[in-house]
Amino acid sequence: MIRKLLYSVRLQLALFALFFAGVSYGNTITSDTVASPAAPAHEQTGKKPFDAGEMIIDHIVDAHEWHILTYNEFHLSIPLPVILIDKGKLVTFSSGNFHHGEKAYMGYRLSNEGETKGKIIKVLADGETPDATAKLPLDFSITKNVVSLFISLILLCVIFISIANRYKKNPDTAPKGLQSILEPLILFVRDDIAIPGLGKKNHARFMPFLLTAFFFIFFNNLLGLIPIFPGGANLTGNISITLVLAMFTFVITTFIGNKNYWIHIFNAPGVPWWLKFPIPLMPIVEFLGVITKPFVLMVRLFANMTAGHIILLGFMSLIFIFGKMNIFAGYGVSVFSIAFGVFMSLLELLVAFIQAYVFTLLSSIYFGMAMEEHHHTEEHPIEH
Amino acid sequence: MQLVTPGIGLIFWMLVSFSLVMLILKAFAWTPIMKGIHQREETIEKALEAANEAKKEMLLLKAGNEQLLREAKDERDALMRDARKMKEAILEEARSKASEESARIVENARENIQFEKMAAINDLKNQIAAISMEIAEKLVGKELENIQQQHQLTEKLLKEVKIN
Repeated sequence: MIRKLLYSVRLQLALFALFFAGVSYGNTITSDTVASPAAPAHEQTGKKPFDAGEMIIDHIVDAHEWHILTYNEFHLSIPLPVILIDKGKLVTFSSGNFHHGEKAYMGYRLSNEGETKGKIIKVLADGETPDATAKLPLDFSITKNVVSLFISLILLCVIFISIANRYKKNPDTAPKGLQSILEPLILFVRDDIAIPGLGKKNHARFMPFLLTAFFFIFFNNLLGLIPIFPGGANLTGNISITLVLAMFTFVITTFIGNKNYWIHIFNAPGVPWWLKFPIPLMPIVEFLGVITKPFVLMVRLFANMTAGHIILLGFMSLIFIFGKMNIFAGYGVSVFSIAFGVFMSLLELLVAFIQAYVFTLLSSIYFGMAMEEHHHTEEHPIEH
Repeated sequence: MQLVTPGIGLIFWMLVSFSLVMLILKAFAWTPIMKGIHQREETIEKALEAANEAKKEMLLLKAGNEQLLREAKDERDALMRDARKMKEAILEEARSKASEESARIVENARENIQFEKMAAINDLKNQIAAISMEIAEKLVGKELENIQQQHQLTEKLLKEVKIN
């Protein structure tokens, strides 16, 4: 455990050292650009003053290319395939054709501002001005988050199928290697998440979903904390991902809901009739509850992960903001920024686990509630 | 705005790939893992139960052994006691027999002695009678010359007679 922590701290320090390099480097850029105002047009990005908010948002949202680093005017990034469905037609090309959002290709370009910022929009015949009237094409591109999603899912498959084979080959032996790290987690999901929520009788049916969701969230939370290539995508802090996860919980809850569950929603026992009859107040409230439960699941995971990334990036931005005022202020602030960054990263390790736990626990509780056989209201009507 | 707007592309890929991976993992990972864990738990539980049972049996066996040992000891003691008794009885019997025998022997001897004595006495009596007869014959044969001589002769003869 301590070795692991030390390792992550070392990793963090190495990363912050990289940021350091970035600070001094950023300064040279500004001085260079200030010194030569007649710089070519493509240097405009260098001239643009550092905007912390924009930098942070760029880091936590999805992108059509996987940006690794920018050195001078050289952008090192992995171009990803763009897949569009425009007016029923399938259009595919590499995002490298956009030249990091600077150029249009085949009548499409990346929007730089406004409501559609970061999205692929259509341009007019001149190949520059956005076509304000055209509808946005449906974007099924393999974006940074999609790649990250695939990587994490392949990782999940490789890890768990390999340890499953160990269970098959050596059934009655003590766990070994990766198996001994993951088995306590699997047992944790079973004994502290599934069984308390669903009971011993029903839990086995939901284990595949709960385990997949738990490890998917947990792995992606951890991968999101690694700032370089295979990690670094803020996948669990993306609302689309949490939306789908919450939808799974919602759909499963709806399908397994028994008679009691629906009676409780539309005709809650123990509630005075006038709360139900002329205006169906209670049914509305209960029905809203059905919707808000998965909605809250979605927002909780999204907000927690995104907030962690924003805070961490905010600390890093402080270095650049102060460094722009005075280079020594930048170096001075970097000490505190790194200290807080290390602290936040360690906290995020904890949050990564807690969020995976909370999401799966609540899912299992919702499933358990939908399958509850009898109502407390029937047994203790006085309580209501 | 971009931050909180779900994108159709990501939703689509997530939905498809997550469902697929969930099914794959269900078939190739979760089912065997849960089965493996369950099986191992059962094995451990059974092993523990068996160990407890064995312990109990051991205790029972131990108690049985002790009982057996105690019984064997008791039996041995009883046997020893019996043997001792028997020995004593035999000794006693032998002793009494021996004393009886010796008594009988002594009695026999005494009887023999008595008998021999009686025989001797009878013999003596017979001899005395014979001697007396001889003497009487001699006396009668000599026709007694004088009383003095007679007396002397009797005396002499009597002296000759020796009672063995």
